[in-house]
Amino acid sequence: MPPFVAAGDAPTWAERGRDAAGIALIALLLGIPMIGLTTVDQGGALRVLTRWPLLAAFVAAVFCGRLLLRHALDLLKRRRRGRPGAAAEDEESGRRGVRMIGWAGWLAFGAALVLPLVFSDNRYVVDTATTVLIYVMLGWGLNVVVGLAGLLDLGHAAFYAVGAYAYALLSTQFGWGFWAALPVAGLVAAVFGLALGWPCLRLRGDYLAIVTLGFGEIVRVALVNWTDFSGGPNGISSIPRPSFFGLPFAPSGDAPTFAASFGLEFSPMHRIIFLYYVILALSLLTNALVSRLRRLPAGRAWEAMREDEIACRALGMNVTNVKLSAFALGAMLGGLAGVFFAARQGFISPESFTFNESAIILSIVVLGGMGSQLGVVLASLVLVLIPEIGRDFSEYRMLLFGAAMILIMVWRPGGILSRREPTLRHAAAEGGHA
Amino acid sequence: MALALQQLINGLTLGAVYGLIAIGYTMVYGIIGMINFAHGDIYMVGAFIAVTGFTLLAALGVDSVAFALLVVLVMAVSFTSAYGWAVERLAYRPLRGSTRLAPLISAIGMSIFLQNMVQLTQGARVKPVPPMITGGVDLLTVDGFTARLSYSQILIVTVTVALLAAFTWLITRTSFGRQQRACEQDRTMTALLGIDVDRTISLTFMLGAALAAVAGVMVTVYYGVVDFYIGFVAGIKAFTAAVLGGIGSLPGAMLGGLLIGLIEAFWSNYLSAEYKDMATFGILILVLVFRPSGLLGRPEVEKV
Repeated sequence: MPPFVAAGDAPTWAERGRDAAGIALIALLLGIPMIGLTTVDQGGALRVLTRWPLLAAFVAAVFCGRLLLRHALDLLKRRRRGRPGAAAEDEESGRRGVRMIGWAGWLAFGAALVLPLVFSDNRYVVDTATTVLIYVMLGWGLNVVVGLAGLLDLGHAAFYAVGAYAYALLSTQFGWGFWAALPVAGLVAAVFGLALGWPCLRLRGDYLAIVTLGFGEIVRVALVNWTDFSGGPNGISSIPRPSFFGLPFAPSGDAPTFAASFGLEFSPMHRIIFLYYVILALSLLTNALVSRLRRLPAGRAWEAMREDEIACRALGMNVTNVKLSAFALGAMLGGLAGVFFAARQGFISPESFTFNESAIILSIVVLGGMGSQLGVVLASLVLVLIPEIGRDFSEYRMLLFGAAMILIMVWRPGGILSRREPTLRHAAAEGGHA
Repeated sequence: MALALQQLINGLTLGAVYGLIAIGYTMVYGIIGMINFAHGDIYMVGAFIAVTGFTLLAALGVDSVAFALLVVLVMAVSFTSAYGWAVERLAYRPLRGSTRLAPLISAIGMSIFLQNMVQLTQGARVKPVPPMITGGVDLLTVDGFTARLSYSQILIVTVTVALLAAFTWLITRTSFGRQQRACEQDRTMTALLGIDVDRTISLTFMLGAALAAVAGVMVTVYYGVVDFYIGFVAGIKAFTAAVLGGIGSLPGAMLGGLLIGLIEAFWSNYLSAEYKDMATFGILILVLVFRPSGLLGRPEVEKV
């Protein structure tokens, strides 16, 4: 075994130092080719650049970090061992946690409702909140497939793209409005979901993940190369913005506008706030739909299939329909988010629907806790706000994403807020051994 | 005729590279039953180490191509296997015995992490390496088109064949190979027989990374350009190769690699170069749907 595994009950500082030194040595080995050495392009030819001080700092940071982590872990372990009733306490705090999650959900709902009224002249805040809500909606859509049905989908951005392109084409080519195109685009995305779901019926786990990834890439490659249809890499621009049920957001002109009809002074903020409420309504609808479905046979079938597919089949459930319905619903919700995205941006290109986008949506679901609705909100907030708070930080965003995905999986393989309990419980079991 | 011959040569060269990467996927799948999603990025790390190595040697005034190649191979293999070891230790070992989904998600995280780490430390631009091995043999000329076998292609195929011979010997004849195959069949039983399973798994990851590093060096020599994104596409293609050949089967991985290389070469020449990635993904989906056990694989039996 490697020398840096904690030995005995209370390792001495010398032991901890040796352990950290081992880790630092490995960090040095890994750091030499990536941090210590780099190549820069100079006049068409590469030149090697050395960064030894940076490497030294990295190794020192790893050494200290390991020492602290070891110390913290040992403390935690000792405290756990000191309390015999820890398990019962955990149970109790867990039940309190569930109640608190309910409260937090209503609190978040209230905050989301009043946010644009409080910040009615701050475009930046409302815009950022809209972005958060788009990811919330995408996360809730993917949550049906990944969190409830347990089917790992790495190509969710494909459905997002289908919805966005469906609206963009319907509106620019055929002059459809936002509200008319919304259900149609959702249906188109659902059909795509069925088309993907059907060949995947026999696959499980990681195979399924790879096929969905391949599907996502196929959609993206088609969008990039099929120039006549999708505009190729240039995308589609000047997509019409949604109107207030027929009243456009524009300075007063011949046709009645939103501002004129309500006797308000024209302000570009009207549209921003309206867009915010549209996506809020869409995501609340999504949430209501999914929460209801979880209590209906369809949703219970998803959760049952996640837990044990073979048992479901043995009980006579039609696994085909269960899987296909999850795929279709998830795809439709992704498509609706795509419609909103296209309408809000006014411009879309395949660049917005890469594998990275799928990975971000998946990490929102995973980080929040698979199957947890509020976890998705929490994760979207964190993932959108972190790069917004530190703009210089944004190049590290994906790096932190990756690291966070690994760390959270190692720390809590179910996600932050997931308790992985069935939504419905038998009444007798509730009182007994919960 | 000459054009077809040229595509055959190009396809086999490309296929050899895919095959080398695919072996890493198939071995890891065989031993711990997970898809090492970060394997393509391990290959990319190997290619970047090769770029640094070649530039460093050129700056030091080494002008013997054979010597430079040897040094860079050793360098890339040793550093990249360290990466393979660290990836397993950090992201996969804590999750062994967890749900099936958890290590896969952690692997995706690792893939994103490695890609962005390289982008941050080495730069997002494409790295050009001056061609080292030029020239070749003209094989056949028909209607003004000459099929040409370049020396770098000869090098790639030779190195791959030699490596495969050594690798086959390692797996079938040595004590490590026996331990590795035993772990594939039954980890618990192997552990009961006094074999360090953790060590065997670590070595498997290092071996896969070493083969990917060789593929990275070869690609650097062959194409002369490397960027931080090459791991994603190459990884998917190599994974397709492993699935096509039958995941868990070593000769299958090589066979699948060659087939994917050939399909890609002929497809991009005769049908459409833009849609060549689509062809690979299409094949992957078709194979998984109609023959999930692949060409040479054993069907997976699920016990309840």
